[in-house]
Amino acid sequence: MARKEVDDRFKKFGTISFTAITKTNDFINYLEEGKVMGTKCKECGAVYFPPRSDCAKCLNSNMEWFEITGTGTLLSFSELKYAPVGFEDDLPYTIALLDYGDYKVFGRISQEIPYEALSVGMKLKTEFNNLPGGQLNYVFARP
Amino acid sequence: MGKVGIIGVGQSNFVRGYPGSIRELAFEGFKEAMKDAKIEIKDINASIIASAPEYDKQRSPAGVIAEYLGLIPQPTFYIESVCSSSSMGLRVAYSMIKSGLHDIIAIVGFQKMSEISSSESQERMGRGADIQWESPFGTMMPAYYAMYAQAHMAKYGTTGEDLAKIRVKAATYGQINEKAVYRKPVTMEMFTDPESNISATVAKPLRVGDCCANADGSSCIIVANEEKARALCDKPVWILGLGAASEAVNMAGRDLLTGLSVGIEAGKQAYEMAGVTPKDIDVAEVHDCFTIAEMMAYENLGFAKPGEGKDLITSKETYKEGSIPVNVDGGLLSKGHPIGATGGSQIRTITLQLRGEAGEMQVKDPEIGLVHNIGGVGLYGNVTILGR
Repeated sequence: MARKEVDDRFKKFGTISFTAITKTNDFINYLEEGKVMGTKCKECGAVYFPPRSDCAKCLNSNMEWFEITGTGTLLSFSELKYAPVGFEDDLPYTIALLDYGDYKVFGRISQEIPYEALSVGMKLKTEFNNLPGGQLNYVFARP
Repeated sequence: MGKVGIIGVGQSNFVRGYPGSIRELAFEGFKEAMKDAKIEIKDINASIIASAPEYDKQRSPAGVIAEYLGLIPQPTFYIESVCSSSSMGLRVAYSMIKSGLHDIIAIVGFQKMSEISSSESQERMGRGADIQWESPFGTMMPAYYAMYAQAHMAKYGTTGEDLAKIRVKAATYGQINEKAVYRKPVTMEMFTDPESNISATVAKPLRVGDCCANADGSSCIIVANEEKARALCDKPVWILGLGAASEAVNMAGRDLLTGLSVGIEAGKQAYEMAGVTPKDIDVAEVHDCFTIAEMMAYENLGFAKPGEGKDLITSKETYKEGSIPVNVDGGLLSKGHPIGATGGSQIRTITLQLRGEAGEMQVKDPEIGLVHNIGGVGLYGNVTILGR
């Protein structure tokens, strides 16, 4: 009897993913196409990033994907000099939060932007990024 | 329905690498609280055990600890809200006493952070937030608080020097608190001296000196209904107000980056329930896991207006002799932060202050005190107002 295939696409997200199975697994396929996606509730229109498969506003699970486009405003950031186990080779790196108005995106700053060039309030865009070992994430880059 | 009073408080020394098991560690705080309360073990109707489970090897620690403390066959159970677990335990104990279900309850908080190896600890640190959407980027607690610091600096002009002043204050009192893990002085110069470990960057703009000291430790608070408290205790300290709140775990779900919404909301509830205002608070313990966290607590609790926390510390108003003494026991920064024990230790400090028994750390004649205890990066918040 054929083994039931496990949909563990999400283990490809980030340097180390701590989640393998989620109903938002299509996020990974979109990333592979170079798109960073959020979800929107088809019933009440609530917009979510990070993506959710269920709407906390109207309790429906009828969601559709939308692409994160354009620029967001840098709300804050921090460059790490120490990292958790498994992330040491990435050091130093900068985590950040970008405001798109209807939603915010948490992620990393592109390695191409030096820390000194960053300032709260600047405009950045969210873009797909390849990591070693076939892993994927997204980074904030100059528009 | 009458009031709920604190009739006994205790804590272990906060140390690095406690030479004993978690049950033995818990025993230390409990024993001191029992000696303080001058009651017998059979007088306690129930126990609430609090810690952060990621550091425990023991599955369901409540039973093991209750047995070791002689608290069986009374009911015992476990409460967890990370760093605010024992404050949450006090909240639950309050409701169980107010309901009439129990007369006297012991809340035992503990953490043996050295129970797991340092690499295991580092690995768990990476999973301290949203493991699906944030941890894959390589996040750590100091980096999240560093983002709050960065936003506070950008909006209000707060500087690293302002934050350093908070650590210098903490170390001032850590040196005179015999239970503190960090007993050494910290000076402003150490923050700019490249030779000093204090100045080393952890996550910009936070340095080693901005971060609290990990520790092993336990605490215990014994609470009773008004009748028992008056009968058993010469100086009961009453729970006047309780507030609690939660916030989005993912930073993307948060609107405020220059303060902790849970601190504001829990504070508002506690002030309202107690019928007091920030001006009425004579002494406070706030959750200074990082210097920026204390700065935000000043503003979130109404001791200073938003952005003016730096003026409060610069004018030394939060020192023992100031208008609103804060963390005059060394705080999490110097006393240490054994996660599950921290809230109980803060409550102990304020109880001793209100009883006039805080020794060298005693503030002049306080009547009303406040405890602000945060879980995670502003994920959970508890504020408790106590009075004599």
